[in-house]
Amino acid sequence: MNTTISSGRRFYIGLMKGLMILSAALTCGLALFLIGFVLYKGVPNLTWELVSSKPSYLTDTIGILPDILNTLYILIAALLVVLPFGVGAAIYLTEYARNRKLVAVIEYAAETLSGIPSIIFGLVGMLLFANTFGSCLLAGALTLAVMNLPTILRTTQESLKTVPQSYREGAFGLGAGKWRVVRTVVLPGCVDGIVTGCILSAGRIMGESAALLFTAGFAHAVNDFFTAMGSSGATLTVALYLYANEPRPGAKEASFAIAAILMLLTLAINFAAVLVSRYFKKRRAL
Amino acid sequence: MGKHQRFMENLIHAIFLLLGLVTVGCVLLITVYLVISGIPAIREIGLFQFLLGDTWESTAAVPSFGILPFILTSVYGTAGAILFGVPVGFFTAVYLAKLAPAKVKSVVESAVSLLAGIPSVVYGLVGMLVLVPGIRRLFHVPDGASLLSAIVVLSVMILPSIIKVSVTALEAVPQEYEDASLALGATPVETWFRVSAPAAKSGIAAAVVLGVGRAIGEAMAVMMVAGNAPNMPSLFESVRFLTTAVASEMSYASGLQRQALFSIALVLFLFIMLINAALNFFLKRDKEG
Repeated sequence: MNTTISSGRRFYIGLMKGLMILSAALTCGLALFLIGFVLYKGVPNLTWELVSSKPSYLTDTIGILPDILNTLYILIAALLVVLPFGVGAAIYLTEYARNRKLVAVIEYAAETLSGIPSIIFGLVGMLLFANTFGSCLLAGALTLAVMNLPTILRTTQESLKTVPQSYREGAFGLGAGKWRVVRTVVLPGCVDGIVTGCILSAGRIMGESAALLFTAGFAHAVNDFFTAMGSSGATLTVALYLYANEPRPGAKEASFAIAAILMLLTLAINFAAVLVSRYFKKRRAL
Repeated sequence: MGKHQRFMENLIHAIFLLLGLVTVGCVLLITVYLVISGIPAIREIGLFQFLLGDTWESTAAVPSFGILPFILTSVYGTAGAILFGVPVGFFTAVYLAKLAPAKVKSVVESAVSLLAGIPSVVYGLVGMLVLVPGIRRLFHVPDGASLLSAIVVLSVMILPSIIKVSVTALEAVPQEYEDASLALGATPVETWFRVSAPAAKSGIAAAVVLGVGRAIGEAMAVMMVAGNAPNMPSLFESVRFLTTAVASEMSYASGLQRQALFSIALVLFLFIMLINAALNFFLKRDKEG
């Protein structure tokens, strides 16, 4: 067989194969390098003192407890706000909408929203939220909620499409009204989409910084959830950015420690996404 | 169906309709806010002076607001990222879609999703501490914080989008095309690059456009590695992108300077809208085959 292939063609095949393997190796290598480098630089700085205290100019120490709490608060708040809107919109699109044009408009809007850069969300969030009730975590959370609307919408919509039409017909046939069908048949069917959407959004919210700079503020204070919502606060990413540019001793180390935390969270979120999709696939196959 | 129940059903329908329209409302709100807050400064400075002016001295005694350096930096930076990112992304995608054994494929795919999930400040931090000094030493320039650093960081950051969308497009190529090519005597590798890739060209174009959108919209990572001086773009000079121009002065800007920042955001938004339109065009063509 091989004797019929000219040397020119053989060279082309070898070249292309080489380029493919080289590129894939480069991609993998980059990922490995980033994990390795960040963990190598960050984990040694990840002391209990750092993660359990707040920064103090008196003792000249850096602590990231407030930033960890703020990240958690903003995550919870943003998800609480975005979920009803995202899931509701997905249910409207798959269950209620009759008008094809309207569906196309809503879907186009969602696509547009997912293409807008975070700095623009930050700017509009600043004008819309931070200028009306001040830079605070709530303003940041609302901005992030708008940003993640398309994600929740898409994942929910996709899982709704996998709910068999016959389930709905069965429920209708038994005399259930539309709302009852949505509540008892459709909503339970889209749990996997909602969970997947939440995981994806959690990753984005946790890693977001540009949209938060001018909406959530920079303060490092330990607050409870409701106080924090009304006051300015830096998340982990924003704190990383601030410390990376600060000449203060220990600031670079702190920013690497935060980077290591973020990297571990990214790994955890990717892992969770894989587990969840595997779990739901198995359950669906039953 | 009772009167009461019908009323409830209609009410719930209306509620879901409203929830659905929230997305549209958000897009409209963002557009309107950007236009309203972006127009005044452009009117005061003059459209041509603003877009084509080559000096940005927003805090000088006689300030000048020309954003041509930012526009060109964003365009060059994105082009550079595409130049590096697209070939690597494309070959990785073909590898994943066609050549890779199942186990290797799942490993590379998780590496790709990891790259997609890493926060941009982490890219910025690594760039700042590895890439910037590296470029300074390698090219013997006074400061490594430059357009080149930004291009390298951006090309890594756009890889995942390019790979994911291209793989989907390549996997959707009908098996018959490849079978026909193989039956005619082409080897698998020739088939992938001369039959499958051209057949998936709309999807791959969409992947590239998506990468362009990502690169032009990235702010934080670029802010940490590009130096942020409003120079005309040059590979080894400190430069400022459209995104970083907005971000770097917003915290202290006021008056016309602040309004000019909104105008920059409006220009960026228009770029993104154009890119979105292109993306939709390619995706639609891809669906139609």
